[in-house]
Amino acid sequence: MLYREAGQFKTDYAADQAIFPILQDRIFLGLFLLLALVAVPLLANEYWLSTILIPFLVFSLAAIGLNLLTGYCGQLSLGTGGFMACGAFFAFKLATAFPDLHIAVVFLLAGVGTAGVGILFGIPSLRIKGFYLAVATLAAQFFLVWVFNKFPWWVNYSSSGVISAPAREIVPGFFITGTQASPVTKYVFLLVFVAILALVAKNLVRGKMGRSWMAIRDMDIAAEIVGIRPLHAKLSAFAISSFFIGIAGALWAFIYTGSVEALAFQIDRSFQVLFMIIIGGLGSILGSFLGAAFIVLLPIFLNNTMLAVDPSISTAIVSHIEFMIFGALIILFLIVEPHGLARLWQITKEKLRLWPFPY
Amino acid sequence: MSETRDRIGDTLLAVENVSLAFGGVRALSEVSFEIREHEILAIIGPNGAGKSSMLNVINGFYHPQDGAITYKGNKRKQMRPHHAAATGIARTFQNIALFKGMSTLDNIMTGRLLKMHRNFLWQALYWGPALREEMEHREAAERIIDFLEIQSIRKTPVGRLPYGLQKRVELGRALAAEPDLLLLDEPMAGMNVEEKEDMCRFILDVSDEFGTTIALIEHDMGVVMDISDRVIVLDYGRKIADGTPDEVRGNPAVIDAYLGVSH
Repeated sequence: MLYREAGQFKTDYAADQAIFPILQDRIFLGLFLLLALVAVPLLANEYWLSTILIPFLVFSLAAIGLNLLTGYCGQLSLGTGGFMACGAFFAFKLATAFPDLHIAVVFLLAGVGTAGVGILFGIPSLRIKGFYLAVATLAAQFFLVWVFNKFPWWVNYSSSGVISAPAREIVPGFFITGTQASPVTKYVFLLVFVAILALVAKNLVRGKMGRSWMAIRDMDIAAEIVGIRPLHAKLSAFAISSFFIGIAGALWAFIYTGSVEALAFQIDRSFQVLFMIIIGGLGSILGSFLGAAFIVLLPIFLNNTMLAVDPSISTAIVSHIEFMIFGALIILFLIVEPHGLARLWQITKEKLRLWPFPY
Repeated sequence: MSETRDRIGDTLLAVENVSLAFGGVRALSEVSFEIREHEILAIIGPNGAGKSSMLNVINGFYHPQDGAITYKGNKRKQMRPHHAAATGIARTFQNIALFKGMSTLDNIMTGRLLKMHRNFLWQALYWGPALREEMEHREAAERIIDFLEIQSIRKTPVGRLPYGLQKRVELGRALAAEPDLLLLDEPMAGMNVEEKEDMCRFILDVSDEFGTTIALIEHDMGVVMDISDRVIVLDYGRKIADGTPDEVRGNPAVIDAYLGVSH
């Protein structure tokens, strides 16, 4: 009954094209952001912030990046891990070579660098499509991880091959990287940073660029007829997608884990992000967040539930059962709603508009 | 109809001796004709006569082995499809080629992509000049939506629409580019009588209101004879007739091509 848009008239096109054209959605979003920005930092403990919310935000950004490429432009990529590694190592080299550079600028520049690498590995997409392109991006994945593993220049010749994020402040007095950074500061910075980038992604997909990507995804021949150049559309999708994924990689290394080696960005990472967008919903920014939440939270939830049910259970059994339930749930979920959580959310909203009437 | 005919102007596009072959199969042999400004030209012929190939040559999908095409005074042998779009050639397809995952409005907006010039940094902000540009083109898209009477489906993903409406949206996408030359490949295929009448009305209105030059392929002879100013008949890749509907109707070569002839 509360979710009614009747009586909300729009008098200009800008209002009609707003991201949240319905008043109730805007109220909900406002409350949600208030909760996330004020209540969570005040109430959440360190465990919640460091093991759940911070990885969730980092993964959300990576999922948005991959969703732009795969969900919106239709180019299947398995190189996400490699591009995240690019972001992480570019950021490390930048931050250590220019200690005075502001850390947010470091992250953005690492993203720009990764975008360049993305364009390079996107070139085969002009000739090959679908699964064959996935194999080509797989080459990017293995090559990039190999490069960062092979040449010690990338880790500043540290003998362990591990990079540790140098301590940096976002504003004077508030460290977001390094050992003295508190989880609350990290969380708030990530929340704001990811929210802004998500808005940028949303703006891109609802404008000219997003339409050319979707046109290429849905029917590339017709896209050419309306004047879209496949070269521009595909390479811009690779560039912008890699930009987001690169930043996510930098945030992973600097803020989430603090220290990382190239092997942390193996192929599993690519699959993890791919599962997020498939479960969350291809071609949906909201879906990227929902998918990231699902993949990050579900294992932790299963783990804790099992330990709560039987505290004497061994950790090995817990992790095995966790894998089994997790896999089964993914399969079940894909059968029930192949279009992902975002579609489920959309159906719920449509139902809610009509409630309590069936139609 | 007579009004339209009065407006017919100079040659907009001239096809000269175009030949196209796929390996050993000759799709077009030395076809020449011209399309004049503001006219409705119908290209007809039996299946496999090379009609669709002809349209594909005009908008750059196929590159003919021989011959040249003069469009707006520029002579060329071949061009890329996006270049054709940039110079004002729009088209629809025999099998609907819409972007199925996008809404009607977004499909029509893609027709205006070439007219949008703000770079991606402005687009990322969705503010100021980029927002103004977006609204300007939304307004243009809405005019097309009004014209084609598809207001009620503007936010519906086109994949969910019935066939007849999808054809109409595809026409809308082509019109959104404000083309000088509109190529329609069987705009009425698979439609019932009522839908055909609607589509005829839209095609005539486009010609009257926007003065767009239209070249269309159609199998329904009633429609062709009613709406076109001039008819070209292709058979086995050759042009066998060219003239007003009445002239073509009486042409013995055309009757032979359609009914078959005993040798």
